[in-house]
Amino acid sequence: MADEKKQVLQETVEHMESMLSNNQKFEAKSSWDCVLLSRQSGRPGAKAFISMICDQFMELHGDRSYGDDPAMIGGIGTVEGRAITFIGNRKGANFRENVSCNYGMSNPEGYRKALRLAKQAEKFGRPVVCFIDTPGAYPGLGSEERGIGQAIAQNLKVFSTLKTPVLCFIIGEGGSGGALGIGIGDKLYMLENAVYSVITPEGFASILLRDPSKAKEAAEAMKMTSHHLKEFGVIHDIIEEKSPEETARLIKETIIRDLDNLCSKPPEHLVRYRLKKIRGIGEVSGGKEWWQPLLEVFAKTQSFR
Amino acid sequence: MSNEVLKRCPQCQKDVQVGEHKICPYCNYHFPLTVAERLALFADEGSFKEMSSGMRSMNPISLAGYEEKLKENQKKSSLSDAVTIGRCTIGGKPVVVGIMSFAFMGGSMGSVVGEKITQAMVEGALTGDPVVLFTASGGARMQEGIFSLMQMAKTASTAALLEETRTPLFLVLTNPTTGGVTASFAMLGDVILAEPGAIIGFAGPRVIEGTIGEKLPEGFQRSEFQLEKGFIDSIVERKKLKETLSFLIETHTRRA
Ligand SMILES: [Zn+2]
Repeated sequence: MADEKKQVLQETVEHMESMLSNNQKFEAKSSWDCVLLSRQSGRPGAKAFISMICDQFMELHGDRSYGDDPAMIGGIGTVEGRAITFIGNRKGANFRENVSCNYGMSNPEGYRKALRLAKQAEKFGRPVVCFIDTPGAYPGLGSEERGIGQAIAQNLKVFSTLKTPVLCFIIGEGGSGGALGIGIGDKLYMLENAVYSVITPEGFASILLRDPSKAKEAAEAMKMTSHHLKEFGVIHDIIEEKSPEETARLIKETIIRDLDNLCSKPPEHLVRYRLKKIRGIGEVSGGKEWWQPLLEVFAKTQSFR
Repeated sequence: MSNEVLKRCPQCQKDVQVGEHKICPYCNYHFPLTVAERLALFADEGSFKEMSSGMRSMNPISLAGYEEKLKENQKKSSLSDAVTIGRCTIGGKPVVVGIMSFAFMGGSMGSVVGEKITQAMVEGALTGDPVVLFTASGGARMQEGIFSLMQMAKTASTAALLEETRTPLFLVLTNPTTGGVTASFAMLGDVILAEPGAIIGFAGPRVIEGTIGEKLPEGFQRSEFQLEKGFIDSIVERKKLKETLSFLIETHTRRA
């Protein structure tokens, strides 16, 4: 039984390695392939990208209320003379780090640290870059006791109206509310093999398909790849995956290009654009026109007129 | 109202006569209310006018079986989706209300729920009338994939607009309120009320038990627990709901 499992694992690893080495076109990969690739150990995480992109980086710790969550990295970096606040889910680069980082699953203090750093960035007119890579927020006792739902809710509310440019990159797993908690910005990108979904394919399979072994099928049905999300208009663009250094260079180019553009705009315009973009997501029949009422609400506010 | 009926209480398993407030006399279990029963608790009689009643769910990720599931639930619950929104008065004061129904696909939030909650909030922002939302939800509607997740962003960002326009947002959390609804608008009220004994949390109890490998402590994630942990303002009995909401509306009216 154990051997059988090992063999399946070995085959999977070989399959993934062949996919990477052949540098196959994105379309050739199945959703499940992307799920596996997005979770692959050794894949560069937030910390690795931050160090490849920044000339200098200083990590800042703590939520000023309860503690410091190692599953969420945050700090200030410089990129070609520009100061940027970086926030990211952190899974850890090896087994020991995986454990200390709780496999990238944050507790409320992680989201509250992210919020604190985002507000700090806003105060000093510094743009924010978020790297998303988490299976989800941590579903544990302490996490619930300290209000993980409230922490994520607060982030959604504040990030959507943060008066400084925010760029988000899903670099691996974009798992549900835990990903969205640092995933609202002016631009949302996905690495080609990253995934983004409301629940893991395993969760979807066991709840909706009533069979946990049907995760592969679930992954296809959920339409969670970068390709699907671009088609849905949920993300702005896909960033090609090459070697870690090359991918980091592409991300860096994107950051510089976007910030050159976004930093020249009044922050109120950024917020209005962000709110309109979010407002438009969803598919209903028999809905009514939402554009005009939203503009009327903007006109009633002090900040977004 | 003397529609006393015999019901099996799912909490204490006794057959009980539930009165007009549908509460188990033995264990205080609060049975779910229909939209009409909920309105009868707090709205001035005959004042409710539904908004966007014609809105229906689509199948945004073309998931097999979803359309049938919707039809089945519409038939079973006589509801069009998991939330009903509209305007009514409470003690003569106009408010915008949203009432979620767990009976419709577990109160899950898909595009329709997200859109209607957002519309209710926008209506409040435009008129300045307080927005009162009653939650009952198992979380995001997985059948709508990423679109259901995005409804969290949509409702939470609209709550930010209520902040900007200084429009009161009151939440009443009923059993159960979990997942994506908890992690978005449910936790963003100026005042957050809850019904006694309601399960309120992010991860469902079974998911947490799976993570920690043991049974959850008694009362975990109940309203009383959330009150103790500081996440809700007050627990309100059904018979006090109208009085409480009236007080909040009165004290949140801005005088020029
Ligand atoms: Zn009972």
